Amino acid sequence: MEQVTTPSPAQKHSFVRKTNNIGERIIERCVKIIGGVAVVLIFLILLFVLREALPLLMGAFSQPRTAQSSVESSLSDTLNLKPEVYNPDVILSEHQAPEEFAPEVYNPDVSVPATILAEKVNTRNEADGDHITLANILGTIWQPVSTMPKFGIMPLVIGTAKTTFVAIFIGAPLGILAALYAAFFAPRRLREVIKPMVEILAGFPSVVIGFFCLLYVGSALQNLFGFDFRLNAFVGGIGLAIAVIPIVFTITEDTLSAVPKSLLEASLAMGATQWESAYKVMLPAAFPGVFAAVLLGIGRAFGETMIALMATGNAAMVSTSIGDPVRTFSATIGAEMGEVIWGSAHYSILFFLGVLLFIVSFTLNAVTELFVKERLAKKLQGG
Amino acid sequence: MSKKITETKIEANDLCVYYGAKQALHRISIDLFEREVTAFIGPSGCGKSTFLRSINRMNDLVPTARVTGNLYIDGVDIYHSSVDVVELRKRVGMVFQKSTPFPKSIYDNVAFGPRLNGITDRTELDRIVEESLINAALFDEVKDRLDSSAMGLSGGQQQRLCIARAVAVNPSILLMDEPCSALDPISTAKVEELILELKKQYTIVIVTHNMQQAARVSEYTAFFYMGHLVEYDKTRKIFTNPSKKETEDYVTGRFG
Repeated sequence: MEQVTTPSPAQKHSFVRKTNNIGERIIERCVKIIGGVAVVLIFLILLFVLREALPLLMGAFSQPRTAQSSVESSLSDTLNLKPEVYNPDVILSEHQAPEEFAPEVYNPDVSVPATILAEKVNTRNEADGDHITLANILGTIWQPVSTMPKFGIMPLVIGTAKTTFVAIFIGAPLGILAALYAAFFAPRRLREVIKPMVEILAGFPSVVIGFFCLLYVGSALQNLFGFDFRLNAFVGGIGLAIAVIPIVFTITEDTLSAVPKSLLEASLAMGATQWESAYKVMLPAAFPGVFAAVLLGIGRAFGETMIALMATGNAAMVSTSIGDPVRTFSATIGAEMGEVIWGSAHYSILFFLGVLLFIVSFTLNAVTELFVKERLAKKLQGG
Repeated sequence: MSKKITETKIEANDLCVYYGAKQALHRISIDLFEREVTAFIGPSGCGKSTFLRSINRMNDLVPTARVTGNLYIDGVDIYHSSVDVVELRKRVGMVFQKSTPFPKSIYDNVAFGPRLNGITDRTELDRIVEESLINAALFDEVKDRLDSSAMGLSGGQQQRLCIARAVAVNPSILLMDEPCSALDPISTAKVEELILELKKQYTIVIVTHNMQQAARVSEYTAFFYMGHLVEYDKTRKIFTNPSKKETEDYVTGRFG
């Protein structure tokens, strides 16, 4: 009997799946997992910040209690603290006047009327941070630790805006021009020195930049411009600019170098000078990269904590002068988070500042990506 | 029709070009005539592009390049120290092998040169752009989308845009470095037509690897080999009755 062997599908062709790519598949899987973990981590951080700010956002501190109820509650609180009573003979009754628990009065002859005391208790309660309203948050005084704390974030908004603007207006043009120089004008040897040097500056500890600004830049600028305050928004902005320049420089230089050299040649052959070619042809051609560089720079200036903490003077004040000290969002968080009472209104509002930082940088990125970038690209590169 | 009197536009005199220690051109002496198309042919690396690029001093961009001898345009030695390279390049336009439109709108590409020359008047620019695009036989194809990006054009259109951009500054000489090597036959035919049209106004020097193209568009042909100018004559003579053996071998396809 003749046995007919029908070839299995696997034998018919040579495209049989080989099993020896297991290692590759493991690597692929690992890369996927690690990438996923990175994304999840970022998301969790956001979630954490949001969660801590949530009581504030949900209005947990925005229910003002009436004078009466707060007095009563403080009264009942006291009643529960039996061991603290120093005079056991005194019998506490339900309707005992609050005067009994008034602060020590040094002149016993002066009797404090109940109404005044009640008012005092009321204001104290508000001041304790149990009462945060929109008006309070949008106020102009940031005084979180005080008998009457105020959580007005306007000075912080203004401070952050001022330092960021100064940093970007100084840092972005300098970074871009330096990149243009390195890419098109510097001799090859010099470029090979400049680029790594500036990149090292990008990894420079910001505390050193802050220290440098604190010690030297502050005094120098005060002598130069006659500022009233040695540390101010301008000094802080310069410090941030020092941090921003390397970022803008590196990314801009990379994108400029990536533009085909044939464009430069074509432009020069048209009779453009080296500068005209760099400025009118190469820079617009590298525009998306330059734009990303400036955005990253803004992000850095906005979020940089240590330089802002050290060089801005850290006074939360509302003023339009860049010669006045300022306090930024990130510096506020950095300075106050370490000593805040856990779970208090102050704690919540610090996290709220974190949320604001996130929202602003997210919005900035989204808006520029969706609207500004396209328009600028159309203008510079044609539709 | 009276016979055109040809005048010398470009004159090279013992021109040598070195890249570092390597000599790329050996004592080239040649006269190129005004309002004629001259084709440079020869195998790759023979120096024809080097010679072309020394006419508008693009070789200056190569750090190791060195030039000896003289090259005159309209009787002026362009390697003299008093010559402004930027002004020279405005008079000597160049079209490259790879089309190089700037990442700008079609209009801005053509207006680039005039703007460099300080023309800002919008109606004047409009006129120049339209005229240049008509000259480059591109106007009808792009007139409705002058504001859209030049990067969206096809390869052939991009190359003609580069020609339009080059003629927009009204140069007297147009150098073309293998302008059709990346184009399909139809686009090539259009560019060749254009070259024949442009030679009424411009002195054109074209480097090409395509013998038929050289035969079709040029009046004079120069054959380069190993950095030497082997033969230079009327195109008809080069292709039908060359006086040198190497030339004959090359144009008949026996080598190269």
